[in-house]
Amino acid sequence: MSQDIWVVVETLRGAVMDITYTSLAAGRILADGLGIRLVAVLLGHNAEPLAGTLGTADSVIYVDHASLADFTPEAYRRTISGLAKELAPRAILFGHTSMGMDIACGVSLDLNAPLISSCERVKLEDGRPWYSSPTCGGKIIAEGPIPDPVCVLTIVPGGYKPEAVRLPGPKEVVRMAPSAALEGLRITLKKYIEPQAADVDIAKEPMLVAVGRGIQQADNIALAEALAQALGGVVCGSRPVVDQGWLPVPRLVGKSGVSVKPKCYVALGVSGAPEHVEGISGAELIIAINTDPRAPIFNVAHFGTLLSMFDLLPALTEKIRQAPRP
Amino acid sequence: MHIVVPIKLAPDLVEDLEIDAGGAALDRTFLRLIINEFDDHAIEQAFLLKERGGGQVTIVAPDLEGADDVLYTAAAKGADRLIKLIGDFSAGVNCHALARTLAKVIGDLHPDLVLTGVQAHDDLDGAVGPLLAEHLGMPYLGYVAGLTVSDGKCMARKEYPGGLVAEMDVALPAVFGIQAAEKPPRYVVTSLITQAMKSATIEEIETGEFDSGGAAAVERMSRLEATTHAEMIEGSTDQVADKLVAVLRERGLLAPRG
Repeated sequence: MSQDIWVVVETLRGAVMDITYTSLAAGRILADGLGIRLVAVLLGHNAEPLAGTLGTADSVIYVDHASLADFTPEAYRRTISGLAKELAPRAILFGHTSMGMDIACGVSLDLNAPLISSCERVKLEDGRPWYSSPTCGGKIIAEGPIPDPVCVLTIVPGGYKPEAVRLPGPKEVVRMAPSAALEGLRITLKKYIEPQAADVDIAKEPMLVAVGRGIQQADNIALAEALAQALGGVVCGSRPVVDQGWLPVPRLVGKSGVSVKPKCYVALGVSGAPEHVEGISGAELIIAINTDPRAPIFNVAHFGTLLSMFDLLPALTEKIRQAPRP
Repeated sequence: MHIVVPIKLAPDLVEDLEIDAGGAALDRTFLRLIINEFDDHAIEQAFLLKERGGGQVTIVAPDLEGADDVLYTAAAKGADRLIKLIGDFSAGVNCHALARTLAKVIGDLHPDLVLTGVQAHDDLDGAVGPLLAEHLGMPYLGYVAGLTVSDGKCMARKEYPGGLVAEMDVALPAVFGIQAAEKPPRYVVTSLITQAMKSATIEEIETGEFDSGGAAAVERMSRLEATTHAEMIEGSTDQVADKLVAVLRERGLLAPRG
């Protein structure tokens, strides 16, 4: 029984994803608190150099196989489950992401391990490891012990900053062959499709006006456009707005969109669901306009108001236009 | 081609959420439930596939307040078969229990595709889609925003951060977690829903006992105390606008004119 804490490394086209470092930060707390080792599990093909930034882990298990060159759910899941059956980790941490969520459920069933999803923070309480997961769009926090002898968790961004744990290393790399058969896969990667070309790159814009579900209808986007124009910025949005086709995909901020780092981010009717907030952690100033006093956006915003955007925006836009410049 | 879409009802986040007396679950007394928004996209994707390649769309919903509305609305949009799972869902069921229950019913329907919303905002034990796929013995692919079916397999467009898409071939039958339909969910006028209430039939299937094993226990729940971070600006429209302009000016964020 190794009873290590495992973090499954997420890589996409030769780069380690930030969520891996967030998970390593959480894993480090658990491993230190329990006095056990933190192990990063890296799958790939000719990808061993990627272990070079996983120095927060005590050890890296690297599994190389042609079928693991790119993420596909079955090959990755079989490999992780096979390793875990052999080495018996105490907990396995995945990202709560497009990759992690494809396989965490399957791995938990393979191992008969309880599953905790959307975990943002972990801690030791009376010697027991605990999870804390935001739920219901971030309005509710659920907490509980991380069951033993084995548990699978999916980690959301927000609890720990990736930069702090992106360390050179690691102390050792253990190469292992896949213990599970990787033939007869029912899901295969055909190709990647590059993101739709953007008229503006919102990742580089210093002034952003973001619209959320509270904008109510497509016609109201004009109010946001007017404010953005007065600020010398551009309009972006959260998932529901883009899914409605009211803004083009390159304007999507958050988990499946763009991570932005503007000098100023004005959030109009954006609730602040975790998937959105993860894309704005780099914003220098966040102003939230939302009529819901319990909207989680107010927990990341620097300034907020409960006034209706429909009342406030015409006045605000006009005052910005008229304001004397230095 | 038979497409089955199981839907989940989730708390309406516009309403205030309360914790029950036990302190570890939502108080469901006055909880308003609505269709999980990703499931709405799964339904839309099913209709888009049916329009392109023909087939049958079956919608499955648990017996909760709002389920009939969801089912009749789907019928008005073109669903062929409506199934309501009868059981005691009132105390809430987790993803593990719902997936096991759905698997028993959906397995008998012999679907080619099962489309689920990729997640629901109140999931704490994974998601219904991947758990359901396990119980059905089918492959699962999630975060999908686009599907094309031909020759017994399906080409799925899977989303990654930053707008990158992976095109994957998936052998059918399979379960997909839909992130977004290729088009926004269609709108249907109330008169068509009223008509569907008269003409469509909801089949009822008993579920038996739930098995919720596989989730970790929730020991405490708390409401996020909002506004712990933001400095809230109060006052009239003019006062708030003035203050915000002052904030921008102090930080040198008012762009030069021109």
